[in-house]
Amino acid sequence: MNIHEYQAKEILRRYGVPVPDGHVVYNSNSARDWAKRLGEGPWVVKAQIHAGGRGKGGGVKLARTPDEVKKLAVDMIGMTLVTHQTGPEGKHVKRVLVEKGCNIDKEYYLSFLVDRGTSRVTLMASAAGGMDIEKVAEETPEQIFFESIDPLIGMAPFQARKVAFKLGLGMAQVKQAVPLLMNLYRVFVEEDCSLLEINPLVLTKEGNLLCIDAKLNFDDNALFRHRVIRDMRDYDEEDHNEIEASQYDLSYIALDGNIGCLVNGAGLAMATMDIIKHYGGEPANFLDVGGGATIERVTEAFKIILSDAKVKGILVNIFGGIMKCDVIATGVIEAAKQVGVKVPLVVRLEGTNVAKGKQLLAESGLNILSADGMADAAEKIVKAVRAAA
Amino acid sequence: MSILVNKNTKVITQGITGATGLFHAQQCRDYGTQMVGGTTPGKGGTQIDGFPVFDTVEEAVAKTGANASVIYVPPIGAADAIMEAVDAGIELVICITEGVPVLDMVKVKQYLKGSRTRLVGPNCPGVITPEECKIGIMPGYIHKKGKVGIVSRSGTLTYEAVWQLSSRNLGQSTCVGIGGDPVNGTSHLDVLRMFEEDPETEAVIMIGEIGGDAEEQAATFVKEHMKKPVAAFIAGATAPSGKRMGHAGAIISGGKGGAAEKKEYLRACGISVADSPAEMAEALLKIWTP
Repeated sequence: MNIHEYQAKEILRRYGVPVPDGHVVYNSNSARDWAKRLGEGPWVVKAQIHAGGRGKGGGVKLARTPDEVKKLAVDMIGMTLVTHQTGPEGKHVKRVLVEKGCNIDKEYYLSFLVDRGTSRVTLMASAAGGMDIEKVAEETPEQIFFESIDPLIGMAPFQARKVAFKLGLGMAQVKQAVPLLMNLYRVFVEEDCSLLEINPLVLTKEGNLLCIDAKLNFDDNALFRHRVIRDMRDYDEEDHNEIEASQYDLSYIALDGNIGCLVNGAGLAMATMDIIKHYGGEPANFLDVGGGATIERVTEAFKIILSDAKVKGILVNIFGGIMKCDVIATGVIEAAKQVGVKVPLVVRLEGTNVAKGKQLLAESGLNILSADGMADAAEKIVKAVRAAA
Repeated sequence: MSILVNKNTKVITQGITGATGLFHAQQCRDYGTQMVGGTTPGKGGTQIDGFPVFDTVEEAVAKTGANASVIYVPPIGAADAIMEAVDAGIELVICITEGVPVLDMVKVKQYLKGSRTRLVGPNCPGVITPEECKIGIMPGYIHKKGKVGIVSRSGTLTYEAVWQLSSRNLGQSTCVGIGGDPVNGTSHLDVLRMFEEDPETEAVIMIGEIGGDAEEQAATFVKEHMKKPVAAFIAGATAPSGKRMGHAGAIISGGKGGAAEKKEYLRACGISVADSPAEMAEALLKIWTP
């Protein structure tokens, strides 16, 4: 799960990590009021959307007076911001963060993430801050420092010092960096982050370290123990169908093609998309109904697929393990009856209770093409969609 | 021989009084696995469908002589359940549970160090040595005893590979589902190493996914140390960057972990890579004559 920058900064502030004073606002008048309350300018006005690259798209601007803050807020609130991460359709800006500006001397990069190789949390740091870190990693990997953190000990002060000295900080700043890094690590583990990125961390001309941008992603599997984080979820930033799907514990991702997929298991779902493409079709979605799916969940899965107007055919591919084929078959029949399937439907079932499942489908009186094997299923649906077009 | 499990493996089920735990304990017993009991705290001393129930894993091991455990405990308690099994000295722990927080697994990995336990999973279908021992949620009847080892991050895609082999009358030595999470107990590489040493296994199918570089590490091992032929499939060629495809591990980030790059690397290491998931068995037969 993602949150907005202003929410990330609220969390950091709670852990004693230095961030600029600021406040989120939903209209331009309160933008001006908050600028005054924050004290002397300049101020920075930052569009709040769940995507990076906002600066280049015109979503981050500097203001010298409270009236300028208001003017920028007028421009930004309601605008559609297009960045390299939003896609060409862009994202609608509903709120902006008004922040006190600072005098930047130097910029650094910091992030924490779980390293699969070591199965530990790793700190990544670089003096090449403010830049695209992937580019730095590719072109000048020697400018990135890693520090692997023992999960039982946590981030040790010596590790924070090592990183701070490698970044070239002076002793006064090293003294600030040590608690800063240790507190960031606490945020990461105590809030179950999957990514914590500070880009940039700045050294001000006054000699202080400050996190002027912050990105926090959370482990969806751990949200059950973080009510405060769950409440920060902004549904407007997410795909409508993906939200709908998550309410039924379905894993759904919309894609650009026209063949809807309903599959059990993430690996098989990806492979089903791959084989549709292999036979010249384009998948409309990734949808994993998971193990132990109920009739209700399968029915909802069908409704979600069919709500996408692009879908011209559906492929159901189920290999039963936990999930029994008769349950899938019943779900398919129920959904087809409720929603009214008007597009070609190919069903491939294999596994537990397969005979019973196929029998239910055959006796349903619905127009369902039965397939034997994945290749047969993919060929049949691609052909059926072409024939219908 | 085979790897990890055989007819002598004695299994307890952690979370045996839950609907899922009990259903699969019954299924595995019907398959012929020595399912010797289970645990549910507070229900020790009772029986459920003929399985003795214990309060703790320690007690279950003492009373039944179990050397393997399978976990169906919900995510909130799954890491704790794994550590309880490690503490009880169980040699093989298979965690089926899906949705375990990653940072819980980071702690578990640390806890495993220096122990005698091998963990498989979480978020996996389990391990089966056909006609000897099935531990997990895979449908037993699709398997056949034989000489092909299978290792996979995905559950249902593993069944697909098994099906392709069995319907060609090619059996399996052992099938290992390692799970789709970014931090798990056993890697592709660990399993390949075991298959290489196992006299019953003649050839291997490795099923991977986008995300991370575990398949690449395994491929390097194939190139440098394996004599047995290996075929592979990588799921997710159509997956867009930055989207998590169900499995927490299956995400392409920063241009890394894409299917095309993985396939290319695997081929360069001498692995026969199937372009279509329907051709996993065929890919193996290109480089191996049974």
